[in-house]
Amino acid sequence: MSTITLDSKVPSGPIEDRWTNHKFNMKLVNPANKRKFTVLVVGTGLAGAAAAATLAELGYQVKCFTFHDSPRRAHSIAAQGGINGAKNYKNDGDSVHRLFYDTVKGGDFRSRESNVHRLAEVSVNIIDQCVAQGVPFAREYGGLLDNRSFGGAQVSRTFYARGQTGQQLLLGAYQALMQQVSLGRVELHTKTELLDVVTKDGVAAGIVTRDLITGDIKSWAGHATLLCTGGYGNAFYLSTNAMNSNVTAAWRAHKKGALFANPCYTQIHPTCIPASDEFQSKLTLMSESLRNDGRIWVPKQFDDNRAPENIPEEDRDYFLERKYPSFGNLAPRDIASRNAKQVVDEGRGVGPIKNGVYLDFAESIGRLGENVVFERYGNLFDMYERITDENPMKMPMRIYPASHYTMGGLWVDYNLMTNIPGLYALGEANFSDHGANRLGASALMQGLADGYFVAPNTIGDYLSGLLGKTPVGTDDPAFAASVATVQDDMRRWISVGGTKSPEYYHRELGKIVWDYCGMARDKNGLEKALSEIPALREEFEKNVRVLGDPDGVNQSLEKVGRVADFFELGELMCRDALMREESCGGHFRVEHQTEEGEAKRDDENFSFVGAWEWEGSGQAATLHKEPLVFETVKPVERSYK
Amino acid sequence: MNLTLKVWRQSGPTDSGHFETYEATDVKDEMSFLEMLDLVNENLIDNGHEPITFDSDCREGICGTCGLMINGQAHGPQKGTATCQLHMRKFHDGETVTIEPWRAAAFPVLKDLMVDRSAFDAIIESGGFITSDTGGPRDANEILIPKAAADTAMDAAACIGCGACVAACPNGAAQLFTSAKLAHLNLLPQGQAERWKRTEDMVETMEMFFGSCTNYGECQEACPKEIPIDFIAMMNRDFLKSKIKNRKLQGQR
Repeated sequence: MSTITLDSKVPSGPIEDRWTNHKFNMKLVNPANKRKFTVLVVGTGLAGAAAAATLAELGYQVKCFTFHDSPRRAHSIAAQGGINGAKNYKNDGDSVHRLFYDTVKGGDFRSRESNVHRLAEVSVNIIDQCVAQGVPFAREYGGLLDNRSFGGAQVSRTFYARGQTGQQLLLGAYQALMQQVSLGRVELHTKTELLDVVTKDGVAAGIVTRDLITGDIKSWAGHATLLCTGGYGNAFYLSTNAMNSNVTAAWRAHKKGALFANPCYTQIHPTCIPASDEFQSKLTLMSESLRNDGRIWVPKQFDDNRAPENIPEEDRDYFLERKYPSFGNLAPRDIASRNAKQVVDEGRGVGPIKNGVYLDFAESIGRLGENVVFERYGNLFDMYERITDENPMKMPMRIYPASHYTMGGLWVDYNLMTNIPGLYALGEANFSDHGANRLGASALMQGLADGYFVAPNTIGDYLSGLLGKTPVGTDDPAFAASVATVQDDMRRWISVGGTKSPEYYHRELGKIVWDYCGMARDKNGLEKALSEIPALREEFEKNVRVLGDPDGVNQSLEKVGRVADFFELGELMCRDALMREESCGGHFRVEHQTEEGEAKRDDENFSFVGAWEWEGSGQAATLHKEPLVFETVKPVERSYK
Repeated sequence: MNLTLKVWRQSGPTDSGHFETYEATDVKDEMSFLEMLDLVNENLIDNGHEPITFDSDCREGICGTCGLMINGQAHGPQKGTATCQLHMRKFHDGETVTIEPWRAAAFPVLKDLMVDRSAFDAIIESGGFITSDTGGPRDANEILIPKAAADTAMDAAACIGCGACVAACPNGAAQLFTSAKLAHLNLLPQGQAERWKRTEDMVETMEMFFGSCTNYGECQEACPKEIPIDFIAMMNRDFLKSKIKNRKLQGQR
């Protein structure tokens, strides 16, 4: 039986003062001592690049790792729509408190109030920081910053750089990182993938990596390790995540004792291009900002085969506007997604295989003119046309929900430290700020908040206690053991000599996870998944085929380890979804809905963070609960009517 | 449709490499070019052959990881489109398609279709940033930026660093990549303090790795983000000026 106690380390006092007081109360490392500490940063997306650059600016010795060939390619780059900042530049009633309130409510009261408030506070600094770095945010003619509104918000607080906001923010962080590399304060290791987290006496000692070009396995020791390695949406196989996005870093940390929290909280993004056939390798997201000017509809009749332009207004069902008059097409993602699923399941879907709904710009084009609409969304329209061969200026887009973001992740305390001392998780890799559902334009905000402003402050409190102590070296047996395990694993995969590719098993696993643990879940389905996943995993372990050798570039070998981790994670997602006998945010249990088909929370029994402890392969994980306390925002039924 | 593929195979940086011929059968119009290669790879694995190594990640045309020479064109026949966004409806049944890695002295082949583009990072490292340590900046709206300047900076900042410009250039030059980053930062008020130093440092680093520009203009044709060569003119002008400005800034009039 485990002895883990979850201490969230949330400060007390008025919510507005907690972060300020906490920063004052934390111990500091003086400037001359900072260079005595080595910090390992894994991942170079928004959270990782921002943290690595900022820690180096502060004077720490940083070693930074990415499996990409350049830090600039991390998947943060693909975020399109924007980043929230409670600047109230639009004088429309926004404030830090409103962003905090919206995020807690949007997360369906399953996040930590204190973390969310801090996020809203630093959102303001992020915008300042990014502008100073030269991020070319959209401007008005007077030279001031432009804002737009975004799903789930009634104010315009979203800053954007055309449809490439993630790219521009990442380039800002990447450039700051490269400057620190040039100054010799960051040692950058590209094409280097984490394969194990090393602990010594329960404390993080470092990591073991594989060089993806030479195949070399290496050990790295650090006083602290930051995992900024993104989410696990590729457990569904088809998702909007990049091909190489994976859960391996977080999962291997989990297997070394870090708790994995709320794995069933996954977000389905409402505006993706529907799949066209079985060979599809990934789904493409169309920014949610499109919902600002596009109207979502399906035909009122079942099996209406008329072309969209031939369907008159009276035969169209603008279902979001009809059901949610105050939010309309801007209803939060989970609500928009489930309603799309509902109309498609009813047989009112559109497109060649009837698996989408229309997103129509005709009304906006009439109101604003073609030029304005094209200026706002031109690059998205081009992207859509390249994929589908259809022009959204002429005919409505077809969209359908797809897995996009994962709110769950490694359990962290207020300092973003996991339950393993010295091991931190930042950005999408942790669970902390979005509860059961993330609002649009908040992922970029959280990644940069964690990387620029939170971890660089909180890490000093931990490191100050290590002053004068020699860290565990890479010659320690703990590292040797880890290296041996990693090498054994690789030899084992190559020696299986089966008949099917790792890709095949990933696709098959994804189907199970999507069918039973996707947009809607129920007890029977989840139990079925919990028997099918282990059976498929057994076949995978006996019948996978990995060719080539481990010394040198071997993409099948990279893939097989990631798929193995998705198998174990997929099982935990289902276990968590089965345990959570309520519906909240992105987690919709069919058994728990209101008469109108809305998610029905059970605050009395499920107002907690579900953090799972690894008990060994094939063993059921152990659940630990961190109760959630709401002192400022009173939990109410989330209504967007 | 069915296609014949001539694919460059090279086991490592020191191997001389050669073309292999593969049949791609039952290819659908809706597939992306890389999904077609995925299919070929699955067949290779099924038949016990090592799959073709190629880089890709986001498959949305934004990360810049993918990049293939398709029938001698960087990113293939469709203008303004990265390899991952190219769809098979642009090809026809029975066609022979030649697939090669980027060919440039500064981008050595690592394996098959995968190349090393770290020279791009070296250019950014030499000055492709605005110094602004975390936590110091003033309010974002205190810096007024004319919309036209912000828009042009964004046009330049759209570069995805894929390397198609270098691969398409007969000289293997990186002028378009370098000038796009310079234009992004040099056009903004925030970028002025370091403008001249940045320009000199980045251009000189570029020249350590890459060939020289002789105004072919192939780069702008190949660029998946359609970045214009006007930025190269701006870079050249700034580079000339930087030689004088930097001396002035250092007090060596």
